[in-house]
Amino acid sequence: MTNPTNPTNPANPFEYAPAPESRSVVEIAPSYGLFIDGEFAEAADGKVFKTVSPATEESLSEVAHAGAEDVDRAVRAARKAFGKWSALPGAERAKYLFRIARIVQERSRELAVLESLDNGKPIRESRDVDLPLVAAHFFYYAGWADKLDYAGYGRDPRPLGVAGQVIPWNFPLLMLAWKIAPALAAGNTVVLKPAETTPLSALFFADVCRQAGLPRGVVNIVTGDGSTGAELVAHPGIDKVAFTGSTEVGKAIARTVAGTEKKVTLELGGKAANIVFDDAPIDQAVEGIVSGIFFNQGHVCCAGSRLLVQESIQDELLDALKRRMRTLRVGDPLDKNTDIGAINSAEQLARIRTLADAGEAEGAERWAPECALPSSGYWFAPTLFTGVTQAHRIAREEIFGPVLSVLTFRTPQEAVAKANNTPYGLSAGIWTEKGSRILWMASRLRAGVVWSNTFNKFDPASPFGGYKESGYGREGGRHGLEAYLDV
Amino acid sequence: MPTTVPAYGAEAAERLASMADVTATDGALRRFLHGLPGVDAVGLQARAAALGTRSIKTTAKAYAIDLAISMIDLTTLEGADTPGKVRALCAKGVSPDPTDRSVPKVAAICVYSDMVATAKRALAEAGGSEVHVASVATAFPSGRAALAVKLADTREAVAAGADEIDMVIDRGAFLSGRYLQVFEEIRQVKEACRRTDGSGTAAHLKVIFETGELETYDNVRRASWLAMLAGADFIKTSTGKVAVNATPPVTLLMLEAVRDFRDTTGVQVGVKPAGGIRTSKDAIKYLVLVNETLGADWLTPDWFRFGASSLLNDLLMQRQKLSTGRYSGPDYVTVD
Repeated sequence: MTNPTNPTNPANPFEYAPAPESRSVVEIAPSYGLFIDGEFAEAADGKVFKTVSPATEESLSEVAHAGAEDVDRAVRAARKAFGKWSALPGAERAKYLFRIARIVQERSRELAVLESLDNGKPIRESRDVDLPLVAAHFFYYAGWADKLDYAGYGRDPRPLGVAGQVIPWNFPLLMLAWKIAPALAAGNTVVLKPAETTPLSALFFADVCRQAGLPRGVVNIVTGDGSTGAELVAHPGIDKVAFTGSTEVGKAIARTVAGTEKKVTLELGGKAANIVFDDAPIDQAVEGIVSGIFFNQGHVCCAGSRLLVQESIQDELLDALKRRMRTLRVGDPLDKNTDIGAINSAEQLARIRTLADAGEAEGAERWAPECALPSSGYWFAPTLFTGVTQAHRIAREEIFGPVLSVLTFRTPQEAVAKANNTPYGLSAGIWTEKGSRILWMASRLRAGVVWSNTFNKFDPASPFGGYKESGYGREGGRHGLEAYLDV
Repeated sequence: MPTTVPAYGAEAAERLASMADVTATDGALRRFLHGLPGVDAVGLQARAAALGTRSIKTTAKAYAIDLAISMIDLTTLEGADTPGKVRALCAKGVSPDPTDRSVPKVAAICVYSDMVATAKRALAEAGGSEVHVASVATAFPSGRAALAVKLADTREAVAAGADEIDMVIDRGAFLSGRYLQVFEEIRQVKEACRRTDGSGTAAHLKVIFETGELETYDNVRRASWLAMLAGADFIKTSTGKVAVNATPPVTLLMLEAVRDFRDTTGVQVGVKPAGGIRTSKDAIKYLVLVNETLGADWLTPDWFRFGASSLLNDLLMQRQKLSTGRYSGPDYVTVD
C-alpha cells in the first residue's frame, strides 16, 4: 500500500490550507453618518471615531459620534414616526419585518463578513450562527405583529412608544435583532445605539431598512461611545430602555431611569455553571464545554465559564477536554476553518489578562494548548484553570473571554449550591444521562436559561434573560413582547 | 497511557488478555458494555455536522484526494460478479487513472470469497500485488448461518489468499443481548483468519456491525468495544446492503471508540466506513473527522479505509480538475 505524504509538512500531513472568505463581498465606506429619520447625517458637532478590525488593528471606517443634540434629533424622529407606525394594522407592520428578514438572508454573506471584520469573530460563527438567528428573529416577530391580541396580554395591547436601545459588541447584529424585531412588531419606534467598537453592522442594517421601504424614523441608529448611550437612556422623550451589556452599566442605567415612567429591561453579565455528572455522555459534554466557553471567544454573557465537574470523573474529563482544546484553531476570523477569532478590543484583552493573572496569583493552575497567535491584533489563547475554588476571582467575576474555571463537586446538592453561589443567574448547563436528575437540578438552579446536554443554543421562540445581577425582563418568544407592550 | 501496538500484532493478544475479566461471562460483559458512557445523539450529530463545514482547499485538498484514493477498498459484491468483472476492477485498482501514473493505488479489492483467487491473480498480473484482497465472509451480508458455516466460509477465503476478512456480526444475537455469543463468534473467526501455510501470519479481520440495523448510537459504541475486545483489527460500519449505511455521526462515534480503546489498552484498531460514500466531498469530510478526532496516527490506509465503488471515479475527476483547472466529466475516467 502506498501512503501519500504532504511535502509541505510531513509531521502534520493533513494541514488545512488557508480558506479565506472573500472580503470583496462587502464594501465598507471610508466614513458613515448617523441614521436619523431615514437619512444618514454627520454628527452636529462633526465628531467622529474610528472602528478597527480587532484581528489586524486595521482601521475599517470612520463613524459619526452622536452627541446630545443628535440623540435628541433621533428621539424626535422616532416620536414623529410613532403615530403612523403604531396605527398600522399588525399585518402591515409584519410585511416590513418579513421584508427585512428576507433582505438579511439575501445579504447574509456580506453581513457575515462585515461582522467578522468589525467584531473579530470567526466567519464560521457569523455565517452559521449569527446571521441565521438574525433572520429567524425578524421572521419570528413578524409572525406576532398581527397576533398581539393572542399574546396573553389582553385585547389590543398598546405599544409603549419610543424605545431607546443600547446593545453590546459581542453579537452586534444579533443583539440588534433581539431588540428591534419585537419592538417594531409591537408597534414601537426605536433609537438604537450599537457598541463603540462594533458600529458597522447596525449602519448596514439601516441600509436594509431603507431597502425594505421602512417608513422614515421608525428605526434610528446613533453611533458613539458610552456617553451617547447615557444621553439616550436619560432622554426624557423615550418610553422604554432596553439594554444588553455589563452589570456595571446596567446598574447605572437603572439609577438613571429610577423615578421616571420609563420601562426598563436589562440583560447583563453572567458566570454560568456547566455541570457535568459522572454519568454524562462524555464526548458530547466535552463539546458542550468547548462551545460553552470558547464560542465567540467567550464573549458571551451566558457563557459556561465555570465548569463544575463531579470529582469522580475529573481526571478523565479534563484529559478529554485538553485533548479537544489542542485541536482548536485560533486565527484569522475570515478563514472558514477558524474556531476562535480575535478578542474584540485592546481594552477587553487587558481585562482578560488581568483576571487570568489573578487566577494564577491566587493559586489556580493555568493551562493552554500550544497555539501560535498572530503578531498584530488582539488575541488570547483558549485557557483553562484547574484547582479553582469558589473564593477565587476567576470563579466569581465575569471574564468575558476564552477562560474556563474548573471546580469540582461531590453530590447533586453540592453542585446546586455551588452553581447558585454567584451574584449572577443567566444560564446553566446540566450534563447527565439521567432524566430525573435533569428535572431535579433545573428546578433548583437560579438561572434564566438551563440547558441540558447542550449549551449556548438559541431560538427566537425561547425567552432569554436573567436572575439577580444578570438583569430583568425577557427577550425572545411570547415573553419578549411584554417588554414592548403597555401591559 | 500504555504504549501502542497494532491490533494485528502479536502483543495485542496479551493486552486483550488483561481485559479478560470483562469478557469472562455474559453478565460481566453486559455490565461492562452497559457501563460505557452514553451517547447524546443530538450532540454527536452536531459535532459531525460542524466538522463537515471545514473548508479543505488547494494543497490540503490534493493531499486528501490522494490519501482517500489510497484508502479505498474498491468493492464489488454483486450476485452478477464474474471473473471478468473482478479482473477489470483489479486493473482499475492498480492503475486508477491510466493517463496519470502518479495516482496512488487503492488499498484493497473487496470481493466475495469465491472471487478471491481470481482477484489475487489479476492483481499480480496487473503488477499490483501490494494491493490487498479483502473477502467478505460469515454469511455476508445477513450473517444468518450456523457458526460452522461462517468459519468454513472464512477459512476458504483465507486459503484462497485473502489478505483481509470482512465479517458481519450476528445482529440478532447482539440485539437480543447475547453479547458473549457475538464476542465468541468474532474470536473464532479471528482464529480462522490464521493462515495454514506455516507462515504464522493471519488475514486482518474487519468486523462489520451493520450500524443501520443496530439503530442507536449506544449500540454502536457497545458493538465497537465488543468487537475490539474480541480482537477486531478494524471495525466497519456497514455492508452497503441495507437502507442506512455509513454516516458521519456513526463513523465519528467509532473513531472515538478506537481512540478510547487505545487509551485503555494500547491496542490500535482501524475504522472503515462503508456504503453510500460516493463523492470526494463526502470522503474529505470523513478524513476531517479522522484528522480532528484521532490525528495523524490513523491517517494511513493501515488504519482507515473507505468501503466504496463509485467514490474512486469522483476522486479521480476532482484530481484532474485540481491539476488541470478543468472538470473533465465521466467519459474521461474508466468505468471499471
